[in-house]
Amino acid sequence: MSTVRIPSAMRAATGGAKDIEISGATLREVIDGLVAAHPVLGAQLLDVNGQLNRFVNVFVNDTDARYLDALDTVVGAADRVLLLPAMSGG
Amino acid sequence: MTTALPPLPTQEPATDRLRGLACRNCGRSDSTPLAFVCPACFGPLEARYDLDLVAAILDRDAISARPPGIWRYRELLPVVEPPKRGLAVGSTPLVRADRLGDRIGIDQLWIKDDTRNPTLSFKDRAVAVAAARAVELGLEALACASTGNLAGATAAAAAAIGLPAYVFVPADLEPAKIDHALAYGATVAPIEGTYDDVNRLCLELATETGWGFVNVNLRPFYAEGSKTLAFEIAEGLGWRTPDVVVAPIASGALFTKLGRGFDELARIGLIERRPVRFVGGQAAGCGPVADAWGSGSATWSPVRTPDTIVRSLAIGSPADGDGALALARATHGSVESIPDADTAAAIRDVAQLEGIYAETAGGVTVAAAAAARRRGVIRDGDEVVVILSGNGLKTPDARRFRAPEQRGGLGRPGLAAPIRPSFSAVETWLEGRA
Repeated sequence: MSTVRIPSAMRAATGGAKDIEISGATLREVIDGLVAAHPVLGAQLLDVNGQLNRFVNVFVNDTDARYLDALDTVVGAADRVLLLPAMSGG
Repeated sequence: MTTALPPLPTQEPATDRLRGLACRNCGRSDSTPLAFVCPACFGPLEARYDLDLVAAILDRDAISARPPGIWRYRELLPVVEPPKRGLAVGSTPLVRADRLGDRIGIDQLWIKDDTRNPTLSFKDRAVAVAAARAVELGLEALACASTGNLAGATAAAAAAIGLPAYVFVPADLEPAKIDHALAYGATVAPIEGTYDDVNRLCLELATETGWGFVNVNLRPFYAEGSKTLAFEIAEGLGWRTPDVVVAPIASGALFTKLGRGFDELARIGLIERRPVRFVGGQAAGCGPVADAWGSGSATWSPVRTPDTIVRSLAIGSPADGDGALALARATHGSVESIPDADTAAAIRDVAQLEGIYAETAGGVTVAAAAAARRRGVIRDGDEVVVILSGNGLKTPDARRFRAPEQRGGLGRPGLAAPIRPSFSAVETWLEGRA
């Protein structure tokens, strides 16, 4: 089971839950599991093609998934998945 | 961190002219205090105005009659009223740069000298608006994720309004920038990692602490402050736009807000709408937007490990990168990729030809103007405004980078070894230089 940290802007869709445990061998399976459990998140997390919405960044143990294997990144127990808005500016 | 959320007003500011916040991506409005992304699609929230109403109540004479500073343009900024306390930000000089223009082959070159804001960078503009909003909301602290310039700007703004400041920076940032923030009494948190690591951390912290992170949960307000550069350029030119604007690109927010600023002035009738080409500059060692422009891609790829002396532009995941790319393309501008040696040479050129000492981002911007001229994006007879966004005293080592060999003492090119205090010693030294 990976633990997914839900950002505050999405917690309305999870009934206020901040950390949710989801099983899945890859990041894609974890995201799919999360959306299955909380269907409203689907519109926020995924685009019409089922790919990650460009306004969402996903981190595995604080590393940007784009530097890993993106949605094919292998995850396991004790991994922490973090969803954050794509936003930065110094 | 368990800081309690302070009590908040029930909704974002709305006046007749100010229509609150709405999502830039899907258009949905949002009135949740301190919301900064759309709950529907996660797109960034932006301030919205009733520009017809602003056009009816604002004209050139009204602006001219006001004191200097960014609040001259208050109707186009997302606060209910100008703040009662704060730094004197904006109304920086727009100066002709004929000597530099001759050097890089630009006929009519202007420098917008934003090295002269209170904390020596354009970030004071953005922070002033964010800080004003923080006061309206009654927040208990200001904070930021910074590549350097924002650290000092946030720390100083917080000092001026009497709030504590928490500044998160990459631990290996230039010492002058860290000292600058410390001088204003800020709590500086040096984070092991890149700016993007710091940013990711602050995104998490912002929603849990209730602090006003100027470039995270106050970002819809913060970003609007950069528009005042466009307003001042247009006003400084006699209420018109130049042919080309050249600006640095880090997150892309400044670049895109320049476009929005000119657009708003045209929509309220203060200027005639004319085409402006937008030229951006990025460091070759961290140029996700420049790389995308060069390859013809519609979107950028992140740069994990920036490798450049241009720390103030070292954002590997630029949130407004797509917007910056689109603006450069739509206006027939360009996004130039500048090697560090060219940046350092440009810093020396501006200083020695115009008497203006710019930090690394300014070197990138001047070098980008020269590159765009060589590429033909800037043409014969064009009137060009180059934005120098920060002061060279913040990056004192940069000008020496790959400097041509010069006689030097103390390891400083251009500086002689100490000379005895006698006329003959100076004579001998001067002869040796001839």
